[in-house]
Amino acid sequence: MTMESTDMTQALSAPRSRKVSLPFARLGYGAAALALLAATGVLEGYELFLASSILSYAIAAMGLNVLMGYNGQISLGHGAFFAIGAYAAAICIDRFAVPFALTPVIAGIVGMGAGWLIGKPALRLEGVYLALATFGLAIATPTVLRSDLFAEWTGGVQGLFLLINPAPEWAGLDLDQSIYLAVVGYFLLFAFLTLRLVRGLNGKAWIATRDNPIAARAMGFDVTRAKTRAFVFSVLACSVGGALQAVAVQFVAPDSFPFFLSISLFTAVVVGGLCSPLVGPLLGAVFIVMVPNVTEEIWQGGSWAVYGGVIIAIMAIQPRGLAGMLGWVKGKLTTHTNRKQQTGRNRPC
Amino acid sequence: MTFFLEQLIIGLSSGGIYAIMALALVMIYKSTGHVNLAQGEMAVFSTFIAWTLVQMDVPIWPAILLTVAVSFVGAIVLERVVVRPFAKADDLVVVAVFVGLFLSIHSLAGAIWNYEVKPFPSAFSDGSISLMDDLSIRAHTLGSLLTTGAVLTAVWFFFRYTRLGLALRAAADNHESSRLVGINVSVMLALGWGLAAGIGAVAGVMIAPVTFLDPGMGLAPLIFALAGALLGGITSPFGAALGGLIVGVLEAMVSAYVPYGIEFRELIALMLILSVLLVRPAGLFGEIVTRRV
Repeated sequence: MTMESTDMTQALSAPRSRKVSLPFARLGYGAAALALLAATGVLEGYELFLASSILSYAIAAMGLNVLMGYNGQISLGHGAFFAIGAYAAAICIDRFAVPFALTPVIAGIVGMGAGWLIGKPALRLEGVYLALATFGLAIATPTVLRSDLFAEWTGGVQGLFLLINPAPEWAGLDLDQSIYLAVVGYFLLFAFLTLRLVRGLNGKAWIATRDNPIAARAMGFDVTRAKTRAFVFSVLACSVGGALQAVAVQFVAPDSFPFFLSISLFTAVVVGGLCSPLVGPLLGAVFIVMVPNVTEEIWQGGSWAVYGGVIIAIMAIQPRGLAGMLGWVKGKLTTHTNRKQQTGRNRPC
Repeated sequence: MTFFLEQLIIGLSSGGIYAIMALALVMIYKSTGHVNLAQGEMAVFSTFIAWTLVQMDVPIWPAILLTVAVSFVGAIVLERVVVRPFAKADDLVVVAVFVGLFLSIHSLAGAIWNYEVKPFPSAFSDGSISLMDDLSIRAHTLGSLLTTGAVLTAVWFFFRYTRLGLALRAAADNHESSRLVGINVSVMLALGWGLAAGIGAVAGVMIAPVTFLDPGMGLAPLIFALAGALLGGITSPFGAALGGLIVGVLEAMVSAYVPYGIEFRELIALMLILSVLLVRPAGLFGEIVTRRV
């Protein structure tokens, strides 16, 4: 009890160190954003596709990281929302010829609807039980996508090929470039949103709810609302990420959203680093896109082994994942060690 | 009517397997408070060991017994090496470790035995047995039903009438007090894992002749077993076994009578999990956990 409350007061008074470094941080973010945009001209073909993939998974991971890291709710089933977003985008393009850059908006709305349906009951569950329920969701999703019942819309087992029109000619962009630019746009939007939410009052409510719901309530936070907001934001991010992924691949089929997808998203968040709002999800997304690329050539199912081993190793060494390790190295280099980051090894955040 | 009875028997027989798996989940949950997400994969791994033994011309029954023994020891090692260090960690860390275990065991099975679907011999004769005029069931169905009954009875007997069973129950109930009366809790935890893996191996060997053997076959039974365990109460071995049977029958009925039922079996298990957790989180026979805050 006492430990938890000190944790929380620390968490609530955390932004102290931030004020000093803010101008530098802003410059850094600006430079990173420019670099992402400039990459449109530098990368080509397959590299652009990989980058689009990584960024769309990163958007999903950012949302899931808010839910798991900041709010402490465990989900093993967010692949379902990723799939819903992807299919929503695919159906929009296939049926209604919606411009591809707009589909994530519609996917986000549809996804939030589905998230509300599932979240309403699921959010009453705590800890491991939420993990179990979402684990069930992850297992059930592929069978629903494969069903003949919705085949008229979803294309059933065959899936849907998406005909995507590039940006108008005056823009001088080819198809890969236009898709990549749209993905970067949404990525920047979500990066901005995530940082704002996490550093604002919402973030404090999430952390407080995670660490000690009763104390949080006593301090005037609406615990249920905080949980719901975290869940809805994570669902929104996952469905937008799914939509962008569908656009990047230009194809959706049940086999693109297997049970393994949910586990991959979970892996991205855990490996990348819980409670690192931007860097963690980005590193995690790079991890889940690049590892299968390398391992599947050597050994089918090899990525499962790498994921499994890395997850266990990270939990044993540094529960804050790759981003936590980066932070640790940075702390060593600057000798200005942040004490908060080094305590509580069994606690991810 | 005959069709209904056939479905009922099929349901009971797969339900029996879910019951055994659910029992394995309960075994670990009761002793450690963790839900072992890797339970299905562990059972599949055991089944592959049995398959290898059978390929090496070991008769099926000795092969099964040997497999159970190997699984028992393997799980104890696994608990010691991988799970124990995280015993007191945060929920999220524990879940992550189980996911890691799940993935590792799955891919290890794939790496050793590849992803080809393999037939698995039944431990019983291949024919069918006629029960009534026009109702006959496969010997394997009947055999696995009987095996389930035997396993459940043995487990019940073990917990109810043996000293070791009593010690295990005590350790599960209260680590501190058990230590005070001289029970080695650490050994009991390991024993819980070993028993769960042994029981899981039996479930795997019984289901493999029906579903065939491949590394991915543990997933669906796991969600049904989970639904069964939660329905019956994850703290009650008896409840979990009954829950498993109910889920099995429900699955068979839904597949037989509801349009598109076969496709939505997993979804129904999910609904069941959600509704049990919401309406009666302790399940039908579980004890209601109270916590001091």
